[in-house]
Amino acid sequence: MADRPRPYLALLRGQASAQASYRISFAIDLGTNVVATMLDVLTVLVLFRVTKALGGFTLREAMVMVGLTAFAFAAADLMVGNIERVKLYVNTGRLDAVLVRPLGVLPQLLLMDIPIRKAARSVFGATVLAVALASAGIDWTAARVGLVAFALAGGVLFFGSIFVATASVAFWWIESGEIGNAFTYGGREFTTYPINIYSGWFRRVFAYGLGFGFVAYYPALALLGRTDPLGLPGWVGYAAPGVSIVVAAVAAAVWRVGVRHYRSTGS
Amino acid sequence: MGSVNATTPPSTHRNIVPAFRTFAAITGSGFRRYSTYRQATVAGAFTNTVFGFLRTYVLLAVAAGTATGLAGGYDREQLATFVWAGQGLLAVVALWGSTELADRIRTGDVASDLLRPVHPVTMYLAADLGRAWHAVLTRFVPPVLTGLLFFDVYLPRQWFTGPLFVVSAALAVMLCFACRYLVNSVAYWLTDIRGPMLAWLVGSGVLGGLFFPLRFLPEQFMVALWVATPFPSMLQTPLDVLVERDPPALRCGIVALQAMWVMLLLACCAVVQRRAERRLVIQGG
Repeated sequence: MADRPRPYLALLRGQASAQASYRISFAIDLGTNVVATMLDVLTVLVLFRVTKALGGFTLREAMVMVGLTAFAFAAADLMVGNIERVKLYVNTGRLDAVLVRPLGVLPQLLLMDIPIRKAARSVFGATVLAVALASAGIDWTAARVGLVAFALAGGVLFFGSIFVATASVAFWWIESGEIGNAFTYGGREFTTYPINIYSGWFRRVFAYGLGFGFVAYYPALALLGRTDPLGLPGWVGYAAPGVSIVVAAVAAAVWRVGVRHYRSTGS
Repeated sequence: MGSVNATTPPSTHRNIVPAFRTFAAITGSGFRRYSTYRQATVAGAFTNTVFGFLRTYVLLAVAAGTATGLAGGYDREQLATFVWAGQGLLAVVALWGSTELADRIRTGDVASDLLRPVHPVTMYLAADLGRAWHAVLTRFVPPVLTGLLFFDVYLPRQWFTGPLFVVSAALAVMLCFACRYLVNSVAYWLTDIRGPMLAWLVGSGVLGGLFFPLRFLPEQFMVALWVATPFPSMLQTPLDVLVERDPPALRCGIVALQAMWVMLLLACCAVVQRRAERRLVIQGG
């Protein structure tokens, strides 16, 4: 059992050398990733150039939600984002090769890409969050410090579960294409902004039905000491990250059923 | 439509009709090809629609937070039209098109494209127009109808807006095709185009006006972007034409600018293709 991580390390090394052998492409890839990370935040800044407030929140307040989302999404993407490729593997039947190896399916898929560029995104997300927390004028208490850690862990788990659950769709729906993006990248977009700007059934489905409202919005309200314009009590903010445990359990179940359901392409 | 590879002599007959028929046949095949990807079409339309809701709410909140109720000179209805038509147009121009050509270059399959008696740029353009027409029916209509159903949208008031939008959208399709062709062609030199492709995905989205209307940016920067890069001409221009953001003369002006970019970049494609074929021979591939 002592050498269990070794095959995984070999996979990772193989990937790294394969990608780094195309040096110019790799360099552009790294550079663009840094820019891409900043774009989400830049978009928010551009919007606040035009307006003074979004849904009654100032830039400093909104940045707490932006920072929580940016870090949680980037860290989840770093750990499990590669699972998006499962649709490619199912589509081409290459998942067979993954299944016959005496290794876990999930870890193998996750090691099909090297994590340096995604690590850079997480670092940037953490920086944005730190700046946002420092400049939002938060009245720090022990409970709030704990909430930051809880919210980050919950957010990472939440987005990670969304990645796994949406990727599993490919087992049933071979050409699922972009449908997962609606919930992964769409979910990130949703949690970046205060949820009171959305309305009607759309907000109910995304914020409460799927639980995206509990990733950044409610924890941010509790950190900022603001009451919810939508009327939920204050303690919800402190409990919100717990929702991700439920989501993770559902995602794990869907993934297991999906892998069992997999049939090769038959070609 | 002359041949370009070393194995076939240049075509001698000057009759345009066969060339036109070939073009139409390839366009038809492009349409038919995409009409077989039914699940992916539904999935794509669904995702565009979800993003339509997200972006509309965000931009409406931006407009609600300003003193005048206008954001970047657009009123609430214009913003809704901008977002929903943009979500549809995104698929029509295929801003995030496939890396098919690059994959064919990497694997060497592109050699069979070069043996055909049609110029590769012409052939790929024809197929892409077929794909775009399929997208108009399956990917443009659903988000636009959703927008109409759930939001107060701006409907064009001047008669010439319709035709001008069609021209502008068609130019945007060709322009976006040319850009993707150039990005894919990088594979002749680098083999792997992961980096350039990502740069294109990121750049085209934000500089094209997908994430926010470019009018939100500082005026001088926006004008420079519009004149000096092809990106705004791929989404922002047709959308601004549709929501009648500017006086008629300026709208015609930005469409003319689009036409200029189309000619310039298609010419670039032809030049790059010629150089790439020499490169391919040198590689011995």
